[in-house]
Amino acid sequence: MGRIEIKKNIFWVGAVDWNVRTFHGHTYSTSRGTTYNAYLILDEKIALVDTVYGPFAQEMIERIKEIIPLEKIDYIIANHVETDHSGALPEIMKHCPKAKVLGTEKCKDGLYKHYYGNWDFQVVKTGDKLKLGKRTLTFLEAPMIHWPDSMFTYCPEEELLLPNDAFGQHYATSERFDDEVDEYALMDEAAKYYGNILWPLSTLILKKIEEVQKLDIPIKMIAPSHGIIWRRDPMKIVNAYLSWAKNEMKPKAVVIYETMWGSTEKMARKIVEGITDAGVSVKLFDINSSDRTEIIKEMLDARGYLIGSSTHDNDMLPNIAGFLEFLKGLKPKNRIASAFGSYGWAGGAVKEIEDVMKETGLEVAWPGVSARFVPDKDELQKCYAYGQGFANLLKGGK
Amino acid sequence: MAKYRCTVCGYIYDPEKGDPDNGVNPGTAFENLPAAWVCPECGVAKDMFEKI
Repeated sequence: MGRIEIKKNIFWVGAVDWNVRTFHGHTYSTSRGTTYNAYLILDEKIALVDTVYGPFAQEMIERIKEIIPLEKIDYIIANHVETDHSGALPEIMKHCPKAKVLGTEKCKDGLYKHYYGNWDFQVVKTGDKLKLGKRTLTFLEAPMIHWPDSMFTYCPEEELLLPNDAFGQHYATSERFDDEVDEYALMDEAAKYYGNILWPLSTLILKKIEEVQKLDIPIKMIAPSHGIIWRRDPMKIVNAYLSWAKNEMKPKAVVIYETMWGSTEKMARKIVEGITDAGVSVKLFDINSSDRTEIIKEMLDARGYLIGSSTHDNDMLPNIAGFLEFLKGLKPKNRIASAFGSYGWAGGAVKEIEDVMKETGLEVAWPGVSARFVPDKDELQKCYAYGQGFANLLKGGK
Repeated sequence: MAKYRCTVCGYIYDPEKGDPDNGVNPGTAFENLPAAWVCPECGVAKDMFEKI
């Protein structure tokens, strides 16, 4: 196991989880795997920043042993309680008799409620400093980015920011740095992470970035707790976060549908044709064959959403309903939307979808379109015109 | 009218601003928020707020 030094005497001591395909239960599909990043800082005092997911504790311990004996660790900084970063802590603590754990007040409470350990814990607040020798660690509380306990650690001497989950990506690689990997895949995973996890917290993220910018602290490297470390151009990811947090959108449509016998699908395809012919970018997803995490990523920078479902029991179908429930929690703002779908006799899906759209805060900006049983030529023409009309709304930037 | 802070995430309820996104008009005192109102940032109930 080779040592991975990210700065002089600062080592990556995390783990690569190549095969994880679902994360947070089944809320996130980690199609490219992930990493759990932890960092070991050697100075007069030795600090470990974060740990890894519990099943990878031994791998982390081996990595640390390559560098120093574990009992030499003086401090363990816990930027975040969540178990993918703290799961190895109980095991690590067994090997580090003198280590003190540092984190926010909420972190203290949260770690206790996870592991019930009787650890020496020091509560830190924004602006508190920990002198390691030549280097110092400064702490910045970051509540709800993305849990109440979250915190960033900054090392001014190295101009290194350790922001835990912020700026991370679920991306398993043998490389550790942005200049060593494919940029498209990296930004794709960063957008997926933001859309599926951080999107509802955009207001707080914007405030936090502005707060950090006001501090005027130089940042040459951002080392998050998942995925790749940003060293070539750390501002690239900060600027991407600013754009997402400011809710910057493209005149782009995302069409998502669920179909029983293919009629709603025929409608969806015709709608996409209308949108395309109007010159607007569009993505089409059948909810039952698509990756939800990927759909959300596409919705992050799209201004218009079209949701379709066949009517079943006077309601929309269950998987699109589940998707909309998930979307509601992400609190998308300033989006326009519309509903469509096929039915046999009474209908109901379009109205139900529109009701959920309103609850979600989406503007139902275009009247829905329906077709009975199998859409005929006229009904398909309506779908085409519906797509065009919606696309024109998007182009108008209304 | 007093401001209240969410003890979980730090969100501050300012009665002058209310919480219009969630149907609370500006000028609504914390005490008069509907019982079902929750922190717009982290979702905890009113009893997790403290007066500041």
